[in-house]
This record gives sequence, structure tokens and C-alpha cells, in this order.
Amino acid sequence: MAGRIRVRAQLSDGVTEVKALMRHPMETGLRKDADGNAIPANFITEVTATHNDRVVMQAFWGASVSQNPFLACRFTGGAVGDDVTVNWVDNLGETGTGTTKIR
Amino acid sequence: MVGYEESSGLSRRGLLRAGALLAAVMAVPGRVWAAVTRPDGAFKAEGIDAALASIASDAAVSDQIDLETPDIAENGGTVPVVVNSKLPGTTRVAILVELNPNPLSAIFVVPEGSDAYIETRVKVAQTCNIYALVEAGGQWYQASKETKVTLGGCGG
Repeated sequence: MAGRIRVRAQLSDGVTEVKALMRHPMETGLRKDADGNAIPANFITEVTATHNDRVVMQAFWGASVSQNPFLACRFTGGAVGDDVTVNWVDNLGETGTGTTKIR
Repeated sequence: MVGYEESSGLSRRGLLRAGALLAAVMAVPGRVWAAVTRPDGAFKAEGIDAALASIASDAAVSDQIDLETPDIAENGGTVPVVVNSKLPGTTRVAILVELNPNPLSAIFVVPEGSDAYIETRVKVAQTCNIYALVEAGGQWYQASKETKVTLGGCGG
């Protein structure tokens, strides 16, 4: 189940601001369910933002990033209409992706 | 006799501390990360001292790092954090939460051409300091700020 990412990229004064909202439980592995069984860890370990295939931000995450994670970052060199893509990989090997055009 | 016990207690604590530091350093060989691999050992480090040591134990405090976190967070499950480094040549930014079981929350690799500006949300288990560690020009710098949490972020 590849996850979708909501991505927005807005150009302002030569700087493109990328905002990404990912749908992911970000389970730490430390929580227990109602019956006292441990809920297995499941969290995003790596996020990459690219602008026309150029990496503009790479992130390594632990389980203490919030559920349904939000990430904003900024880069120079973008133009209106360019593609911005955000990808994630989690500790179970699942992936998520989202693409938008700079506005 | 009392004196002997005191000194042995001290040295045992010192040994434990040295052991923890050693374990943290060994978990991240040489502290040299290729830009593309996740430092798994640093993410598993327990306690803020070990977590800081796994990245940079000698990070100088800098007022050139803007670290924005709420003074009081009602929900520790989603605490917004903004890091904006004004240090020239910033290449990496790490966010740590002092009293979380594994303090290291995130590391960002900032390529050339990107601003050293990051906004995200983290879980904060209880009232404590949030740290931003910034690597600029091969040196590590830090800033920290306390966030009071009224509802913990690791509830089960």
C-alpha cells in the first residue's frame, strides 16, 4: 500500500517553499494495544524531496516524528511549473510518493 | 570505610558513563556518515547524553540557530518545530527531544542550493528541552529550548 503524499510548492522571491503532509501511523513500537500487546514499530525512516530530479532535501527520521508527518523545506532555483516530488520509505520497506508543480 | 564506599561509587558512575559514551561512539563508526545512509545507531541511542555524543558531543552553543518550538504544547503527540540556521555552509540539521526514550528524532541533509530551513512536528513524551544540532563548515553547533507538555506524546 504505497502511501500518497500531499505536496505543495510555492515560489516567492526566488525561493520555493515545499510543504508535504504524509499519511503514516509512525508507531514507535513502545505502545501497547487495549489487550496489552505491543504494537509493532512502523515509522518512516527516510524522506527525499526532489526538484526536477535534483535532491533538495533528504531526511532521516526516527519513530518520534509525529503521526501523519509534516515537513516543510525551502530551496532556490525553482521556476513556476517545475516538478517537485516527495518520497518516503518506512522501516517495513513500504513507500509513499507525491508530486506537484511549483505555483 | 565510608570514604572507600564513596570513592568506589564515584568511579563506578564514571565507568558507566564512559561505557555509555563508548557504546554510542562505537554505534556510529568514526562519526562519518555518507550523505546517503541513515545513522541507525544514533537513532537507537538512549538518553540525551548518548544521543548527543552519537552526533557531536562538542557542539558549541550558537545564537545563529533559530529554533522555534511552542512554550507550552497541549498535545505532546504533535509539537511543531522550526529550525532555521543562519550559519553559513549548513549541511546537516538534527532535532533531538531530551527526555524521549530515543532522543534523536530527525536528521536533515541540506544540499547546496537549499535553505537551512526545516519545519516538522515531533512527539515529546514530557516537559523537556528540544535540541537543534547544526553542522556548518564541518563544525557542529547547538541550540535548545524548553517545551512544557501538558499531555504526553507517547501515551499507550
